[in-house]
Amino acid sequence: MLARTPLYNRHVALGARMVPFAGYEMPVQYEGVKQEHLAVRSAAGLFDVSHMGELELVGPEAGAVIDGLITNDASKLVDGRALYTCACNERGTILDDLIVYRLRADRWLVVCNASNRSKIAPHFQAAAAGRCAIEDASDRTALLALQGPKALEIAGRVGGASLVELKSFGLAELVLAGVHALVARTGYTGEDGVEIFCASNDVVALWDALLDAGRDLGLVPAGLAARDTLRLEARLSLYGNDIDETTNPLEAGLGWTVKLDKPGFLGKNALVAQKAAGLARKLVGLEMVGRGIARHGYPLLDATGASIGTCTSGSPSPTLGTNIGLGYVAVGHDAVGTKLLVDCRGKSIEAVVVPTPFYKRPT
Amino acid sequence: MSSEIKSDRVYTKDHEWAKADGDAVVIGITAFAVEQLGDITLVNLDVAEGDTVEAGKPFGTVESVKTLADLFAPLSGKVARVNKALEERPELVNDDCYGEAWMVAIVPTDRSAIDGLLDAAAYDKLLSESH
Repeated sequence: MLARTPLYNRHVALGARMVPFAGYEMPVQYEGVKQEHLAVRSAAGLFDVSHMGELELVGPEAGAVIDGLITNDASKLVDGRALYTCACNERGTILDDLIVYRLRADRWLVVCNASNRSKIAPHFQAAAAGRCAIEDASDRTALLALQGPKALEIAGRVGGASLVELKSFGLAELVLAGVHALVARTGYTGEDGVEIFCASNDVVALWDALLDAGRDLGLVPAGLAARDTLRLEARLSLYGNDIDETTNPLEAGLGWTVKLDKPGFLGKNALVAQKAAGLARKLVGLEMVGRGIARHGYPLLDATGASIGTCTSGSPSPTLGTNIGLGYVAVGHDAVGTKLLVDCRGKSIEAVVVPTPFYKRPT
Repeated sequence: MSSEIKSDRVYTKDHEWAKADGDAVVIGITAFAVEQLGDITLVNLDVAEGDTVEAGKPFGTVESVKTLADLFAPLSGKVARVNKALEERPELVNDDCYGEAWMVAIVPTDRSAIDGLLDAAAYDKLLSESH
């Protein structure tokens, strides 16, 4: 039985195609992935990502509990700030990628992937036992992502004028369109924008208010398909595609989230050893030269046809008009400009290693 | 959702259409298939004029932003024409899947095989039963 977010009826009324995703029926697209993607790059898009998992940790030790489970350094966070991090197992491979928010010294929020909630919630609960209170608040919490160059202007029209002051990865509690919300200047698209948490009961009103407020600025509802192409252009990792329990943050290009100089955290010893031994492979950006689209799982070959790695994500890039992808390649094949072949179901198509992100928003 | 179905041709359960045109049978994909795929970004037709195709065997792929679908020959026969325009303009499939975006034309080995495909009413029934 698939779960539905409180916005299910809104999605259906908007003509969305609904698909199963992480146990939920989610909108994969409304009018079309390209149109939604380009609207987010040029104006704004509104995403329902209420399927994401939210864990609330409360108590003086909450920050320390979290810090013991993540690779990034939560002890450096001040009130009203968030960070992106990996959570690893003792082997140093990735259990999930998370955003950790410090509301106050004794009040924290951890947002995990929907597909990992059933793994991450008990993992954090076990660590919290006897040290701080923890609640899996996912079912009573909704999450909207308002993304694009017009996102802040739209939020300003429903009471969020102060959000322009918010730094990247800053958060604020405020009332938007009459709804109590926690707003963070974060996203998964490579654009400016905010992600808005509110009570599940309030999210339909907030969704309607935002769509109304942004219509004349080009705001459209956007689905999971556009979310995926947007994040790929910005080289943001997708758990289950680019990272999982067989990959470590160092080879995934997420070394910047690993603070080996902080006190012990789960996976630290393995990551220290990994770093000392050197990496065997790296996740790199690919651009197709020949006619073909690299897809998750396609083998990557060198010019002689020998296997050198695997594609983890691939898609046409609506912004660039090229076909792009990510893949792990053996060290030695990871330099920008390296030519390789993608085995597209038996056909070897030429590709080249390119710098990432594929797209960077104009500043 | 009701997808357009044309009564002047026949269909397969793989959401392709076939339409007689002289000695040949022209093949394409249906509006339902296009809706399921979304924005078409790549059409690969892996056959050339004169090649032999076998009913049920793949002769190419259609890729959208999200996914990829095989094209299956609905009939055995010899390829008479290949729509090369789709290589440069895959978006034609979204615009006109029953017209300009035909994929290949096949001269069937056994012309009566076309009678084994679904008529418009049967294809309509297939869509309404499965969705």
